[in-house]
Amino acid sequence: MATAAPPPRRRTFRLAPYGFLAPAIVLFSLMFALPIGYAGYLSFRKIHIQGLGLGPGSRSEGWAGLSNYASALSDPELLNGTARVLVYGAMLVPVMLGLALLFALLLDADKVRLRAFSRIAIFLPYAIPGVVASLLWGFLYLPTTSPGYFLLGKLGMSGPQLLSGHGMYVALANIAVWGGTGFNMVVIYTSLRSIPAEVYEAARLDGASELQIALRIKIPMVLPSLVLTFFFSLIATLQVFSEPTTLAPLTNGISSTWSPLMKVYRDAFVRGDIYSASATSVVIAAVTLVISFGFLKLVGSRAYGEQQ
Amino acid sequence: MTQDATRVSVPVSGSPLTSRLRRIGWAPTLGLLAGAVYCLIPVVWVLVAATKSSAQLFTSFTLFPGTGLLSNLHDLSAYRNGEFWTWMLNSAFYAGVGALLSAGVSGVTGYALAKYRFAGRNAIFNTLLAGVLMPPVVLAIPQYLLMAKAGLADTYWSVLIPSILSPYGIYLARIYAAGAIPDELLEASRIDGASEWRTFRSVALPMMMPGLVTVFLFQFVAIWNNFLLPFIMLGDDSKFPVTVGLFTLLKQGAAAPALYTLVITGSLISVLPLIALFLSLQRYWRLDLLSGAVKS
Repeated sequence: MATAAPPPRRRTFRLAPYGFLAPAIVLFSLMFALPIGYAGYLSFRKIHIQGLGLGPGSRSEGWAGLSNYASALSDPELLNGTARVLVYGAMLVPVMLGLALLFALLLDADKVRLRAFSRIAIFLPYAIPGVVASLLWGFLYLPTTSPGYFLLGKLGMSGPQLLSGHGMYVALANIAVWGGTGFNMVVIYTSLRSIPAEVYEAARLDGASELQIALRIKIPMVLPSLVLTFFFSLIATLQVFSEPTTLAPLTNGISSTWSPLMKVYRDAFVRGDIYSASATSVVIAAVTLVISFGFLKLVGSRAYGEQQ
Repeated sequence: MTQDATRVSVPVSGSPLTSRLRRIGWAPTLGLLAGAVYCLIPVVWVLVAATKSSAQLFTSFTLFPGTGLLSNLHDLSAYRNGEFWTWMLNSAFYAGVGALLSAGVSGVTGYALAKYRFAGRNAIFNTLLAGVLMPPVVLAIPQYLLMAKAGLADTYWSVLIPSILSPYGIYLARIYAAGAIPDELLEASRIDGASEWRTFRSVALPMMMPGLVTVFLFQFVAIWNNFLLPFIMLGDDSKFPVTVGLFTLLKQGAAAPALYTLVITGSLISVLPLIALFLSLQRYWRLDLLSGAVKS
């Protein structure tokens, strides 16, 4: 691209960045912009049926106005799914980030043994696919295959029912906590390590305890990475799909519309109604974008690590 | 746990030496070990469960190894003429080729965004980055419909092409390029008469390599672990990656519990390549890039 253009140099220099960006721009247009535009278009369309809807030509696609949006927004399943995801997120995000912060602080504490082993073990679940993680935990939740239930049974107790009712939220949140804590821990730990040691020495000279140093110095100084991890966790929570989908075959407690994205999938591929699925997905995308930008605005724009 | 951890490690006032000797660090160590055990439980369970025959799976104590590992492996390999290994190869193909292309595209894009000043730079960067906020289902359904129109649905391309552009990889590559490549070197190369592309190829790219290995790793894991995109795009079992393959096995297992042992053995094998990659390339898991902290 940029190679083809001969001197004058100034000109190549000005055009070169666009050449470098061309592959990304083409891919973005084809794989992001075009599909989103197409989903927007479909959300205003629907199938019009003439007569009984039998025979060729009796079904034709036409404009639907806002009717798909009206039915998407008034569908109680979308609201219920959103409520379920909010409950799930309210359990998951604080526990996951709390544990990640705790483990990061422990890793950073003095005189810790087996530091490398613990760090790798806690980060390991990141390498395990969400589907496989749900599968493994799914078997651990099943009383017939779980060591936990076996031990409780020996003690004459019965374990909690995790695959039905409210236990389901615990079951799903636990899978995500398990999979996400290590990643967030390493992010927070890395930013803890970048705090200069002099800061602690000054505090110790002033007689601060390790707990005080953790609470008053370390946590405030890693706040930016906590904000970052919170933001990514929030987005991942809103988009939950694989975990409940994978657990579903093991239980009756997860409907095909458990999370909003599962409902979109069902509408599009099980019911074959791509129009209302598109309207719902546009609504979900809009809500995600509003939350994301609102959040970023609140936190303030971040610098990208280069000298302007 | 926090309370205990910190109470024990409170330094005793006095000389720094004695206070250091008194601090044993048992509480934080035990806290971390508890976390490690929690994270390893499912891994240990699957290691043990994979050794059990389907009769043993539901009858013997779950953390007691069985005798069926070899026959499980044999059954898994025999399942529909070795379909499981086809899934593994498919996963390796999608993740390997996809991550390689992704690292390449992220590399040139991040370099251009970090090292050039041009009209629309921030607009382009923010637009590319906004892609990370799009819920995958919202993208995947119209992607599928468009792929179907182009005659590409249910092909290898339909999973590979959407995996190449990674907003996240571009973000990492930009930060890495900004921190690792001094402007003076680029200037020197230009003064020597090298073209912009040659400057990138022979000066910038080698310096960006460690960062691009990181991008490759993240993207490899992301594609290997991806479920939704292939789940939506593919209908033909022989093109499934291992995540979708195992899911279909599990779904059938609800009716035929004998398949559960295959699912469990398959799960174990499916995570081995990732764990190996993960442990062997540890120094490239540069999460500090995430918080924008690169020491140049």
